[in-house]
Amino acid sequence: MSAQPRRPSRHGRASNRRIITFATVIVVGAMALEGIATGQSSASPGAGQAISAGGSSRGSAQVSEGRQLFVSDCSSCHGFNAQGKPGRAPSLIGVGAQAPDFYLDTGRMPLAYPREYPGESKPAYPRAEISALVGYIASLGGPAIPSVDPASGDLSQGAQVFALNCAGCHQISARGGIVTGGVAPALQNSTATEIAEAVRIGPYFMPRFSTGEITPQALNSLARYIIATRNPDDAGGWGIGHIGPIPEGMIAWLALISLLMIARAIGERTT
Amino acid sequence: MVERPPRRPDEILMADQRHDTPREGTGNEAVRLIDERLGAAPLMRKAMRYLFPDHWSFLIGEIALYSFLVLILTGVYLALFFDDSTSTTVYHGSYAPLIGQTVSQAYASTVHISLDVPAGLLIRQTHHWAALVFVAAIAVHLMRIFFTGAFRKPRDINWIIGLTLLILALLEGFAGYSLPDDLLSGMGLAIGYGVALSIPVVGANLAFLIWGGQFPGSSSFEPRLYIAHVFILPALIGILIAAHLAIIMRQKHSQFRGPGRREDNVVGTPLWPGYALRATGLLFAVAGVLFLLGGLIQINPIWQYGPFQPWVGTNGAQPDWYLGWLIGALRLMPNWELHPFGYTLLPNPFFGGILFPGIVFTTLYAWPAIERRKTGDRRRHDLLDRPRDSPWRTAVGAAFFVWVAIIFIAGSADRILVSVGISYVSQVWFFRVAAFFVPILVFFLTRRICRQLGTTEEHPLRGWTGVVVQRNVAGGYEDLTAPKPDQASTVGPVRSDE
Amino acid sequence: MQGLLRLWIALKVLLRLRHPTTPPRDETGPAYGVDPAPETEAAAGAQRQTGADPGAELGVAAALLVAAAGGFAFCLIYALDHADTQLLGVAIGVALLAIATALILAGARVFPRETAVEPRPVLAEHREPEETRVADDVSAGAQGVTRRRMLLVAAGAAGTGLGAAAIVPLASLGPGVGETMDTTPWKQGTALVTESGTGLSAADVVEGSFVTAFPQGADMRELGSPIVVVRVEPSTLRLPAGRADWAPEGILAYSKICTHAGCAVSLYRSPLSPTTTSDGPALVCPCHYSTFDVLDGAQVEFGPAGRPLPQLPLTIRADGVLIANGGFSGPIGPAWWSVRREGPTRS
Repeated sequence: MSAQPRRPSRHGRASNRRIITFATVIVVGAMALEGIATGQSSASPGAGQAISAGGSSRGSAQVSEGRQLFVSDCSSCHGFNAQGKPGRAPSLIGVGAQAPDFYLDTGRMPLAYPREYPGESKPAYPRAEISALVGYIASLGGPAIPSVDPASGDLSQGAQVFALNCAGCHQISARGGIVTGGVAPALQNSTATEIAEAVRIGPYFMPRFSTGEITPQALNSLARYIIATRNPDDAGGWGIGHIGPIPEGMIAWLALISLLMIARAIGERTT
Repeated sequence: MVERPPRRPDEILMADQRHDTPREGTGNEAVRLIDERLGAAPLMRKAMRYLFPDHWSFLIGEIALYSFLVLILTGVYLALFFDDSTSTTVYHGSYAPLIGQTVSQAYASTVHISLDVPAGLLIRQTHHWAALVFVAAIAVHLMRIFFTGAFRKPRDINWIIGLTLLILALLEGFAGYSLPDDLLSGMGLAIGYGVALSIPVVGANLAFLIWGGQFPGSSSFEPRLYIAHVFILPALIGILIAAHLAIIMRQKHSQFRGPGRREDNVVGTPLWPGYALRATGLLFAVAGVLFLLGGLIQINPIWQYGPFQPWVGTNGAQPDWYLGWLIGALRLMPNWELHPFGYTLLPNPFFGGILFPGIVFTTLYAWPAIERRKTGDRRRHDLLDRPRDSPWRTAVGAAFFVWVAIIFIAGSADRILVSVGISYVSQVWFFRVAAFFVPILVFFLTRRICRQLGTTEEHPLRGWTGVVVQRNVAGGYEDLTAPKPDQASTVGPVRSDE
Repeated sequence: MQGLLRLWIALKVLLRLRHPTTPPRDETGPAYGVDPAPETEAAAGAQRQTGADPGAELGVAAALLVAAAGGFAFCLIYALDHADTQLLGVAIGVALLAIATALILAGARVFPRETAVEPRPVLAEHREPEETRVADDVSAGAQGVTRRRMLLVAAGAAGTGLGAAAIVPLASLGPGVGETMDTTPWKQGTALVTESGTGLSAADVVEGSFVTAFPQGADMRELGSPIVVVRVEPSTLRLPAGRADWAPEGILAYSKICTHAGCAVSLYRSPLSPTTTSDGPALVCPCHYSTFDVLDGAQVEFGPAGRPLPQLPLTIRADGVLIANGGFSGPIGPAWWSVRREGPTRS
């Protein structure tokens, strides 16, 4: 199996995967024989953690499909057994279901090469395959996908929690921002689950927040507030991006230019 | 015949009451009404015959003036609703994300004006848009005065008054948008505090004076800011505007060169009826544009920002556009501070917040003297230059403007550049280098263009230096672009737009 | 007619209007200040054009009616439609622009258009006799004064004294700087609480997280109150000398007020693992992006801040709550003249 990083392409994805899956099956089959000999089995789930989709009756099939996908697509950086590779990618043992679900659902993983910036993009896998991968990584132990209910959250509490903990990077209207060395994305496209996962994981540069710092109830409120930023109360008219004085200044100059054009019409001699 | 009493001397000055047949028309009625009470007929005549030059660039200052009028009118309305107190209250208004939060009265009253007072948001937004357009118009007006040499004697005092108006406008705008005590403007006040602290020797005392203690200050800071914004600064601006206009009227407008226009005359349209109609039309146009903006495009939605707390910050915090040059300077400065023997002598914000604007304004204030010294020209000037007529001045002005503009862009382009993949750290280095080299480049380029335009009347980047020839019947060629011998040559183009 | 003539004479007498008679200085044209010659006037395009374009008159009337409609619409919308800001703005904006159109059209096509020429007012330049007379009057006012210099010096002293007296009461506007800047509410044993007032325990602060904390019982709005608490892997710490015990279990506390210009340092760059990036954990200020390396005592890694963030020594109480183990390592907030770069703060 080649150790070169593969670029996930939008075109010909299915055919690429078929070829490699076929090759992988051969290889995995060989390794599985070896794995059985060394006592490592990918069939049994880890320490009793819930898997997001499916349910325990599909558990082992999902996990093994996830294992196959992992070996073919992820192991080149994360290690054959998800133990990580120094200088390349961290270990995934113990990260549970929430981390892979977040990274795969937001398209941040897989990366084309180890130091690529893990930015938000279209997910590289369909939902079923994501669930499979999540199931496999979850089987190695770690926290489940957090449950979050925005409807039971308090908008005002969410606004305060967001202002204190999140606005510094993500901007008070969740339109995204800059950190030295990175970007904090806008959150209008984030689902409640993704918000909850990000808060608990602290992906890439983002800090993480324990249940002691942001309680599950506060997390509900936070998710409710962030989702509400999709439709801010723009009583004043066109929101021009909700990022403040910069677009406002541009509009002011456009207004001045239009007034200058009116002045030009007035000031020129018409006779 | 009726015996009339002898006329007293003071009656000579009043309108003559012995008109046998009073002239018809409401105009005459109105004039007589005023003149019988104020004796103002000669003044009115003088005012009505005041000549305005026929060029649109003379209207830029008026755009600023009318924006200021809109600011006054909308500001009075807002002052009737605003509460300038920082004592706290629990918000229970109509904006859900704020309900139950502890906010200051100033913030709560501004949210109330915005979301609960009918037409309150229209007036508030129009007020803020007017402030942005006010300063923009002053900036363009300043550039027109500069690049046409209108600041030369006898108008150098008006140049100084105008610059002072600009500084007052910047302060007034900053004070105005800081009044609502929202997160964005509160962060701006914190930076203002840091800049005030950085003034050598007196900085800390000055900051403590203004804020009534360490930031965020005592409960008297907000009322003082309020009084500065609604009374002290507008009064100063109003007085200076009056002086500015009075001086113009005393000296009469300058004018561009053209047929019959000399240093010792004024050619233009009289105030009545032509210019009164045009100027009032411009007033309504300015007000109309500002009110359209105020109703249709949202500005400074402070309810979305939340109240200010010193321990909270938002990404992307920016001042209003006219202070963008300062945030650029503060961001671009390397972290130099003078620390002799472990004590801080010059804190870093001094360079971007005090020294940089100090250099800019000192240069602008001193410019008439600098130019007099450089050119040795101490005469009075009433005819304007086209920018090309003074290559040195135009080149220096362009370079100076580009220097400030690059620093301005550095302060606000971070989001855009990061979104196309240029890291913030790289941007800072790029702009530091650009701010140094690009103005030098612009100076030489502009001077070259002006010189070429001045000699050949052709733009080196746009002009075409060919000739059009036509074959005549005899077989020779006729140059169609050469001037015919019987055409009178003019002193110069009537209008100087290019 | 006679009345007008008398009026004119009276005005001239009272306002001393007169034609200047000094010789011209400008050689390029007629005598300065003298009425311009007719040919100049013509060359300047002096003219007066009357005659209204009937279409334009109609246009002006129509525009004014549109303005009226806009104004009344404004009133209607105010009363009826919950005063919707956008509709109100359109109504009044259209009304104002319609008036503007009417006025501009009227000026351009309806009312007389005129270009006139007039002489410029004579300012001081050619009035030397006048200037001399004024100067003479001024100096005549000081005739007979003998010890001028002594009087001037005394007047200068008085002016300085009174000027100082006028300015000094401004100092009443604010408290003295004194020791206020160096004092913060933090001292040995002060417990850390969150924004809601509950105690912050060490277990709540997980690796990679960042929490805003305050001194228990103090005014949260005081600049010295807010701190940022983070937890890092203890083996990665490179704290300055003497601070080895300031970070129990790798939990660090720094002042949240940026030492550049005073904004809240509300960004925390917390890399997931060393394998993903070479940037370490850092506190960043959103205003001008001053970046402080948390592993190294918040030294400035990038940006314009001139001093590191002051660090607060922590220790963990028996019940697990974090408490301060002393005051800050240096003065908090933006620097000012004479602030010491490093040094203990008073509490």
